[in-house]
Amino acid sequence: MEHAVDVLPTTDESAATASAGPPTTRVTLDVNGSEHPLDIDNRMSLLDALREKLALTGSKKGCDHGQCGACTVLIDGRRANSCLTLAVSAEGSAITTVEGLADDEGLHPVQQAFLDRDAYQCGYCTPGQICSAIGMLREARAGWPSHATHDVALDGVVLDDDEVRERMSGNLCRCGAYVNIVPAVLDAAEGSAMRDAADSHAAHAPDVPDASVTRGTTAPDTTAATR
Amino acid sequence: MKTFEYERATSVRSALTSLGTPGTKPLAGGTNLVDLLKLGVERPDLLVDINRLDFGGIEPTDDGGLLIGAGVRNSDLAADLLVRTRFPLLAKALLSAASGQLRNMASTGGNLLQRTRCTYFMDTTKPCNKRDPGSGCPAIPGASRELGILGVSNDCIATHPGDMAVALTALGAIIHVDTLDGPTSFEIGEFYRLPGADPTRDTNLPAGALITAVEIPGLPFGAVSTYRKARDRASYAFGLVTVAAALDVEDGIVRDVRIALGGVSHKPWRASIAEESLRGKLVTARSFEAAADAELAAATPTEQNAFKVALAKRMLVGTLHELAGGHE
Repeated sequence: MEHAVDVLPTTDESAATASAGPPTTRVTLDVNGSEHPLDIDNRMSLLDALREKLALTGSKKGCDHGQCGACTVLIDGRRANSCLTLAVSAEGSAITTVEGLADDEGLHPVQQAFLDRDAYQCGYCTPGQICSAIGMLREARAGWPSHATHDVALDGVVLDDDEVRERMSGNLCRCGAYVNIVPAVLDAAEGSAMRDAADSHAAHAPDVPDASVTRGTTAPDTTAATR
Repeated sequence: MKTFEYERATSVRSALTSLGTPGTKPLAGGTNLVDLLKLGVERPDLLVDINRLDFGGIEPTDDGGLLIGAGVRNSDLAADLLVRTRFPLLAKALLSAASGQLRNMASTGGNLLQRTRCTYFMDTTKPCNKRDPGSGCPAIPGASRELGILGVSNDCIATHPGDMAVALTALGAIIHVDTLDGPTSFEIGEFYRLPGADPTRDTNLPAGALITAVEIPGLPFGAVSTYRKARDRASYAFGLVTVAAALDVEDGIVRDVRIALGGVSHKPWRASIAEESLRGKLVTARSFEAAADAELAAATPTEQNAFKVALAKRMLVGTLHELAGGHE
């Protein structure tokens, strides 16, 4: 029997595997201001944990490879792809999903802007678009340049159609609702959108100093963000 | 996905101790590693999460350069005013890469170690000498449009997919690493390697080592620099050919120049031949074209990616013209 051990597990090993199952880790996830103690299979993405363990199905699984942005959530106030984040590694971070954006006073201004501008068609990418837009507006307020910024050495951000398209290019919309998403994001940038519901949930405030965001001209343009 | 154990490193030392066991991988931003876990390309037994370790931020150095902690996120590096003013090519390279979400996640150290996006490497049902040594390279007679034209071998024509590393190559960055035997460092040109007969290794990083920082030496004309990227869509796509360049011109003469090409080789390609060709030359279209031709003379493209030779030349010449603006 000695040479068979290389191929087949012993009875003891089989029993151990059966009782242990795949390696798991006990973590506490802070989601939308609530603490959730969970036993997580080490392989589980944050997206799957949100959807399957916490029944927060707002965050969507599009590609599951970080290419579409439908899974975008805010981690410590910053936008991130939850499909490429291991749930076990998210312990200690404040996670905000689309379900955590509205408060007693109403919808988050970005949510409201998407409604006002009809910035969706089927809606599948919308939760990711909204979370991404909130993170993006914070980045712009902090003065972060983008690939569309002419001189990266200059301080200050002027958001216009090109800037919004570039900064939102991590969120694909198969319906092609970009033509309404861009104005919605610009509305939110301009209006009362400087309020940030997600901040109230974040344990660590995003390291975003206050800087002004100016809105540029918004000439009508039907080009998609990923042209 | 294969199962794996998970632990959070509490110190660089503890991470190095864990990484001493074969089958262990460090987890930083995860933007490439988690994807490769899902695809079955990476199959570690243990992941050591180094995200909570403090590798330091972005510090100016005495020689006018910068020291960047390995954990600094791509988005923070691109947004840093010292980076944007001293080395705009680096900020631009970072901003041309991936998406806002991914840049928030990706770390400096992890980004240096991202794997090729060759479709055969990413598909475990296909042979690939990089993933499965000796199994062959179907890319060479196959879908090679995105793959290498310089420094390729008969075993692998994969390209390094990064943008940040191309800018860092032009800048001659130093990669600082730590090992259980103590710290060491690599000039970035010596860090990355060509595939040769062993494409499994992308870099000369010793087994079990951890990148701790990236140092950019001071470069006074670093402020006159840029990064250009040609890709199949205007945003959120890997480069077909990219150019990172910095140019120092005085009285119409090229005093010094730094050039690196991306999307053309297994490593970010320092265009040393073009640089040498340009030093001391008049700033003219003819000298720019001659430099590009000299660099690309060694190109060995496939039928599918032969366009990259012409594209690289135009990109390089166009970038130099842009940087020389006003001196011609």
